[in-house]
Amino acid sequence: MKSFKNHLSLVTALLSILFSIQIFIIVDRSIEAYNESLAKNYSVIIVSQKKLDSKSILSLNSMISEVSELSADSVIKRLNSGISAKNIELLKLTLPKFYKLSLTHYPTPSQIEKLRRDLLTNRAITKIEDFSHTHDITYKLLLLFKNVVSLFAIVVFIVTSLLIFKELRIWQFKHSERMSIMGLFGAPAWLRSAVLFRLAIVDAIIASVLAFGLFIYISSSSWVQEQFSNIGISVLIFDIVNDSTLLFVTAIILSILLASLIVLGHKEEV
Amino acid sequence: MDKVIMAQDLSLSYSNSETIINKANFSIVSGSFVFITGASGSGKSTLLKSLYGALKPKQGSLVVGGVELKGVTTSKLNFLRRHVGIVFQDYKLVKEWTIEKNIMLPLIINGYEKGVTQNQVDSLLKHVRLKHQAGKFPLELSGGEQQRVAMARALAHNPILILADEPTGNLDDYSSQLIWNLLEGANEQLKTTVIVVTHHIPQSMNVDYKHYHIEYGSLHEVV
Repeated sequence: MKSFKNHLSLVTALLSILFSIQIFIIVDRSIEAYNESLAKNYSVIIVSQKKLDSKSILSLNSMISEVSELSADSVIKRLNSGISAKNIELLKLTLPKFYKLSLTHYPTPSQIEKLRRDLLTNRAITKIEDFSHTHDITYKLLLLFKNVVSLFAIVVFIVTSLLIFKELRIWQFKHSERMSIMGLFGAPAWLRSAVLFRLAIVDAIIASVLAFGLFIYISSSSWVQEQFSNIGISVLIFDIVNDSTLLFVTAIILSILLASLIVLGHKEEV
Repeated sequence: MDKVIMAQDLSLSYSNSETIINKANFSIVSGSFVFITGASGSGKSTLLKSLYGALKPKQGSLVVGGVELKGVTTSKLNFLRRHVGIVFQDYKLVKEWTIEKNIMLPLIINGYEKGVTQNQVDSLLKHVRLKHQAGKFPLELSGGEQQRVAMARALAHNPILILADEPTGNLDDYSSQLIWNLLEGANEQLKTTVIVVTHHIPQSMNVDYKHYHIEYGSLHEVV
């Protein structure tokens, strides 16, 4: 029980830091996935007086990933009652050309502005429809979500840092006495602090294993998967190799840093 | 005769405060039993602290076990402390360790093998009459028992020198007598040099001893 209590406070602090890091990663991935999904559904329509080839449009701005010409048939169908086939063919020739541009990613308002300028350098392009009003609202919502999550991450970081700092003070108090006593019997610095580093590393391992378990459970939860599919994205919640390495290394570095601070802050009893 | 401690014009003080021990000159021969007495605040404990390097000499020279303590390096100080056993009035036991592990501490620091360490601890626990308490933690023992654990720890690695700071200050008569017997035994049988800081020298001492007294910062031998 005593040993459990010794580990509990640092493990809790480390676990909350690991939890906030992983949540931040998940949110970042979600935003990225949502961004891609928005980019897929977002397109710019341009109107040209003459036929343009795809290459010339693609060369205007690197953000353009795909160009497809919109057929004028649907418009003509609505007009064809009472118009002769010859006149329809003539109409087809005089109608402007419509192109749909897909983009590599969901653009910022300034990127849209630049795209607009770049497209207009081609004199044949007479009109650009970028749906900027709808775009602006969606983009601002995305930005708000990003900012809220960043703010949340900062708050969690500050709170857990305070928790770690408090834990550091307790550890300093708890271990100082033992380190001083060992020093009185001639223990070298590495031996005096060995227990401390062992405790820190064990706590980092416990916190990492708990975090792995927690996120493996979350990633297999059907409720969580459902939430992502509801907004039309699929997100990797926990990458067993990369995420566990990142969390484990973070926990080890933090706990070793904590132990080192205690060792450096330890003063010989006089 | 080998001198285990030599002090020449030794002055001691805590940082920025007045001098507590002023130009003390003394030497202690190996295997002797020494008492240092003095009124409260006279500097007895300060002098003892200087003998294990917890307080560096302000002036003069202090050599303990062949190590000059003025400007001593950490590694040399650790070397000295590995050959000294210290007993404190407040025991200074590691509370989260069992009494066996506390006794083991100097043996672990001195790199003894595990088998030797366990045998030595068993024999010391018998010696201090605490075999029945093995496995307990310090706070589960009485003050007298804790001081006997501290004594066993001080004796564990057969030190050349035992320094005891008012070792019976907080103890009842029975426990005090046990501690004095243990200190006398170490001095008589193992020829360990013993230096004890105390207010009162016990009446029933069975060994020859030297007596130093501190008054107004100066140390003099009481003959």
